[in-house]
Amino acid sequence: MQIYADNAATTALSPKVLEAMMPYLTEVYGNPSSLYRIGSQAKEAVEEARANIARLIGAESANEVYFTSGGSESDNWAIKGVCRLLKAKGKNHIITSKFEHHAVLHVCEALKKEGFEITYLDVYSDGLVKPEDVKAAIKAETALVTIMYANNEIGTVQPISEIGKICREAGVLFHTDAVQAIGNVPVNVQDDYIDLMSLTAHKFHGPKGCGALYIRKGVRVANLIEGGAQERSRRAGTENVAGIVGLSTALELAISTMSERAERLTKMRDRLISGLLKIERSRLNGSKEHRLPGNVNMCFEGIEGESLLLRLDLAGVSASSGSACTSGSLDPSHVLLALGLPHEIAHGSLRLSFSDDNTEEDIDYLLKVVPEIVNYLRSFSPLWDKINNENN
Amino acid sequence: MAYSEKVMDHFANPRNVGEIPDASGIGEVGNSKCGDIMRMYIKVEGNVITDCKFKTFGCGAAIATSSMATELIRGKTIDEALKLTNKAVMEALDGLPPVKVHCSVLAEQAIKAALADYYTKQGIDPTPIIGVIAECDHEHGCGCESCG
Repeated sequence: MQIYADNAATTALSPKVLEAMMPYLTEVYGNPSSLYRIGSQAKEAVEEARANIARLIGAESANEVYFTSGGSESDNWAIKGVCRLLKAKGKNHIITSKFEHHAVLHVCEALKKEGFEITYLDVYSDGLVKPEDVKAAIKAETALVTIMYANNEIGTVQPISEIGKICREAGVLFHTDAVQAIGNVPVNVQDDYIDLMSLTAHKFHGPKGCGALYIRKGVRVANLIEGGAQERSRRAGTENVAGIVGLSTALELAISTMSERAERLTKMRDRLISGLLKIERSRLNGSKEHRLPGNVNMCFEGIEGESLLLRLDLAGVSASSGSACTSGSLDPSHVLLALGLPHEIAHGSLRLSFSDDNTEEDIDYLLKVVPEIVNYLRSFSPLWDKINNENN
Repeated sequence: MAYSEKVMDHFANPRNVGEIPDASGIGEVGNSKCGDIMRMYIKVEGNVITDCKFKTFGCGAAIATSSMATELIRGKTIDEALKLTNKAVMEALDGLPPVKVHCSVLAEQAIKAALADYYTKQGIDPTPIIGVIAECDHEHGCGCESCG
């Protein structure tokens, strides 16, 4: 049996999305900036996609949507673009959380070197930012608040509209990385008081290498990529036409099927969680209630995440761990450490993330193989011996 | 980062897993904070390591290097086992990714720690024979290529 359970990393391209993209990879190859027919056809496709995406995220106008190469570029552009302009006005403070994606955290680190002060909000044991913490952290110098919509490792969905409202009332710009959330939970930039929002196509069965940044009308953002006059002179580079069409088609499909998917995946997720929690000394990381429908993230004491993943791979399961082993550092996941987990427990993490393509049979199989592998690895783990000795 | 076929073989089918109830020496290195602990058991008869087993908490490379190290010293004399280097373990596994060199260092240290325990149990001070086994703490690393 082969199971792909790493949909938070990326998803399979939907055949319908590929079909929509195909004309722009073949006959309509013109540059959207060109005047002749295949150029204007391409331009038309880009503008249709822009209007469609604007409608799907609740934007006021299509001109608030800018196409980028993906989530990391959108995050970089939003944060650097806003903060570098506001610094001239004496605003040199950024509020973020401890468990943001590195595309946000590393940008904040870079801005720190440019003289910014960064406040990293706590996410507590349930993996949720407290809106009152945002309120308390805002000061006269605050340029931007950037809090992710849903966490990429543990899938916790943040109280974004409350945070957005606090920022709007305080007159502070609010950016959210909605890469994991969009298409999985309802997102509306106006209802949620969002000023800037990052998204990327490949997390909802679209192609890799194409994303967007929503910039609310009137919000000033310095350019990140200079060059031609594309994207109304705010983001240079010939448009990834097929990717943009893929993004729009995939987002429409994801949102139109969202409620049924959420219901189906939530049931599967909860069955898997309760089954895996029967494993001795296991825990669910992050709130169960405020959680993406397709996310399971657990720790199993006494074993290490990479060896669990490799064994799962041998059993036909593609999954991931927050474990640093895969990223080449000795430290475990910064997300799990932010929840307050000790290093030795955070090393033993497993993330399983599901999409439309997963079935109840996948869950049955996981409920069989994960406990087997955990028990096997524990059978020769000196750490597991120690845990048992301490508790006997 | 990709593991060699040999590493995957020793990870998928680790050799000499378990404990030796009447071990002549037991050595444990690493710590849970770093994410890897290796415990080696050796049985010494005369001057020869007749049996060697391990228990390891750690990543794929930690398990594979433990397995390979036990294979490399089984049936060898103590002198031969003392000469086992992390490089030899790595070579026997057809190499390790740079970030995993640390695991081979642990495997070498685990064998030395087991031999040190054997000497201590014999009433012999192991330090002049084996030297001091460097400890890897989480903040400073063990000085290997991976720890920096």
